[in-house]
Amino acid sequence: MVPLSYYLVLSAILFACGVTGFLIKRNIITIFMSIELMLNGVNLSFVAFAAQWHALSGQVFVFFVMVVAAAEAAVGLAVIIAIYRARETLNVDQVNLLKL
Amino acid sequence: MTPNLNLWLIPVLPLAGAAINGFFGKKSSRTAVTTVALVFCGAAFAWASVAAARFWPGDVPYQEFLAHWIRSGTFSADFAFYLDRLSLVMMLVVTGVGFLIHIYSVGYMWEDPGYYRFFCYLNLFMFFMLTLVLANNYLVMFIGWEGVGLASYLLIGFWFTKDSAASAGKKAFIVNRIGDFGFLIGLFLLIEHFGSLNFVQVFNQVQPMATETAGAGLLTAIGILLMVGACGKSAQIPLYVWLPDAMEGPTPVSALIHAATMVTAGVYMVSRSHVIFERAPIALTVVAIIGTITAFFAATIGIAQTDIKKVLAYSTVSQLGYMFMACGVGAFSAGIFHLMTHAFFKGLLFLGAGSVIHAVGGEQDMRKMGGLRSYIPWTFLTMAIATLAISGIFPFAGFWSKDEILWKAYQANPIYWVIGAITAFITSLYMFRLLFMTFFGEYRATKVDEHGRLLRAHDQEGHGHSEPHESPAVMLVPLLILALLSTVGGLVGIHNGFEHFLGPVFGPEYEAAARGSGGMELLLMGISLTFALAGAVIAYILYVSKPYLPDRIADSLGSLYRAVFNKYYVDELYAKVFVNPLVKGSTRILWQGVDRKVIDDTVNDAAYGAREVSDEVRHMQSGNLRSYAGWIAAGAAILIAYMVWQGVAR
Repeated sequence: MVPLSYYLVLSAILFACGVTGFLIKRNIITIFMSIELMLNGVNLSFVAFAAQWHALSGQVFVFFVMVVAAAEAAVGLAVIIAIYRARETLNVDQVNLLKL
Repeated sequence: MTPNLNLWLIPVLPLAGAAINGFFGKKSSRTAVTTVALVFCGAAFAWASVAAARFWPGDVPYQEFLAHWIRSGTFSADFAFYLDRLSLVMMLVVTGVGFLIHIYSVGYMWEDPGYYRFFCYLNLFMFFMLTLVLANNYLVMFIGWEGVGLASYLLIGFWFTKDSAASAGKKAFIVNRIGDFGFLIGLFLLIEHFGSLNFVQVFNQVQPMATETAGAGLLTAIGILLMVGACGKSAQIPLYVWLPDAMEGPTPVSALIHAATMVTAGVYMVSRSHVIFERAPIALTVVAIIGTITAFFAATIGIAQTDIKKVLAYSTVSQLGYMFMACGVGAFSAGIFHLMTHAFFKGLLFLGAGSVIHAVGGEQDMRKMGGLRSYIPWTFLTMAIATLAISGIFPFAGFWSKDEILWKAYQANPIYWVIGAITAFITSLYMFRLLFMTFFGEYRATKVDEHGRLLRAHDQEGHGHSEPHESPAVMLVPLLILALLSTVGGLVGIHNGFEHFLGPVFGPEYEAAARGSGGMELLLMGISLTFALAGAVIAYILYVSKPYLPDRIADSLGSLYRAVFNKYYVDELYAKVFVNPLVKGSTRILWQGVDRKVIDDTVNDAAYGAREVSDEVRHMQSGNLRSYAGWIAAGAAILIAYMVWQGVAR
């Protein structure tokens, strides 16, 4: 039996990778994938706890998160395509109409 | 039990008139405005007369409850009215003289563009004055008290485009505020110690209290504070300075407010509070001394004035001093008697002066008048009667009331009598001076050089303006009625009739003391009458038979004359001692110090500070999504670190 802490450490590493990618990457698709990575890092900790406490609610949460992530991916990719058509770039630093 | 008198109608009728003229007068014709003003004022007089007749004989006070006002714990003050013989006299004088002056004003103000405004204010004044005299508690009285101050302010500054009129109104208002402050503190003391402002309740509690002979106590304090209020309203030293300036208002206003009615409110208030004053001899002495000094002081100023209305103004201050002298020696009914006769003859004098000013086209300087006797005989006749009355010549009204006061003053302290009698001499001197300068000798105006409004009015009517002309009947009739009253009005005082009449108000012991006038009274009467006649004769010599004498006397007196001519420099003194320090203190400390440095700078610095901080902080809001995300991540990291540390620490 793998101890809980292993899962949690892996979850934290995944989440941290997601955050780092989100912060440093310019390509909007990479950023998008970083968000997915963060979500899945969290998902991992949910299922780990669920297995640990023999409680189903954590797994239910994970299903919800995955559904929401799928919906988000659909909308997000549509937005990305719209942006690319309008501005011919996927660099977020150039999508700066609202910037000060 | 007296029937329901519906006293509330008496003040409310003029209020309705004021409201109608105030709201609709601007678009109405002069005739409509006149009708409204006169009908409502006349109705108040008629109803006052009806109420007086039904109230008769009125030895039992009548109270009328109108509405609740303030109910707080045990304290209560209601809109309620009180009628006894004292307020009866006041009510009839105010409505009667007020109505006559309303009629007169129709003629005097006819050409004025602010005609409707004038009558609106005049009716408003009647409302407040009647509220004042009919109140059954000090608080309702105070409404009237402040209200007449307001009406006075509005009417003094009636020609507000004239700078002097506007500032005279302001001066009257501010000086009155000083007095009102004292009055108000007196009222607070009454609430504090008697828990009521109702006349009956307060006086019932004061009645059994001992006279404060040993030293000053509560009643003395209340009495003196009430007197401060009376000093402001009734133009006594040291607060009299506003009254002469108040002559900037239209002349009917001077007659109604600043001679006949409003300025006597202080005398009425002191008389109404006689229960308090009788138990506070020190306060009474203060009243008597203020009254006596004011009577003498103002009379001397009156001698040297050249403006016809200014002479009458100082004369009013002086006569009010007589009334306070009477109150101060405990002769309240003599004070009220003089108040009544004074309302007749001083009202008449002002209206007559208005008629003179009207006749000579707005000129007020007596040096440019003279010889008007033949041009305006009716005005001359009535003015002469009023002059005889105010000088105290037998048998005109002023004789009876003034002698009553002097006799009572003599009984209290002969010094009061001496000053009073000298003042009577001076009064006679300056009044006959006014009469002779105005009506005798040659007409001294080469032409009417200052084109007043009235003059232009008469140009349009086609009158020549180099010739003085008699006023219209609408102005003369009130003059004649007042002349009649000034002639016979004093006769009610024969055999102390007036005192007996007011006996139920001022108490039986007072009535008893009023009896027993003997040879001494006759002697004093003779002396003061001689004084008055002497004043008249000297005035005749100086201003009719040897008109070059006054200038020589003035020259030989030098600085004394200049002091009197300049009203003893009291205005200048007040300006130096009170007004200028106040203005300077307000400018330097309150305006430039407190207001600018403290208040403004606090507000400005708060605004600048917010801007400075925002200037720095706004860099956080760059619009760069990744930097936002960075902040969020950093914040989350800090929170997690904190929670972990907490967990470790526990």
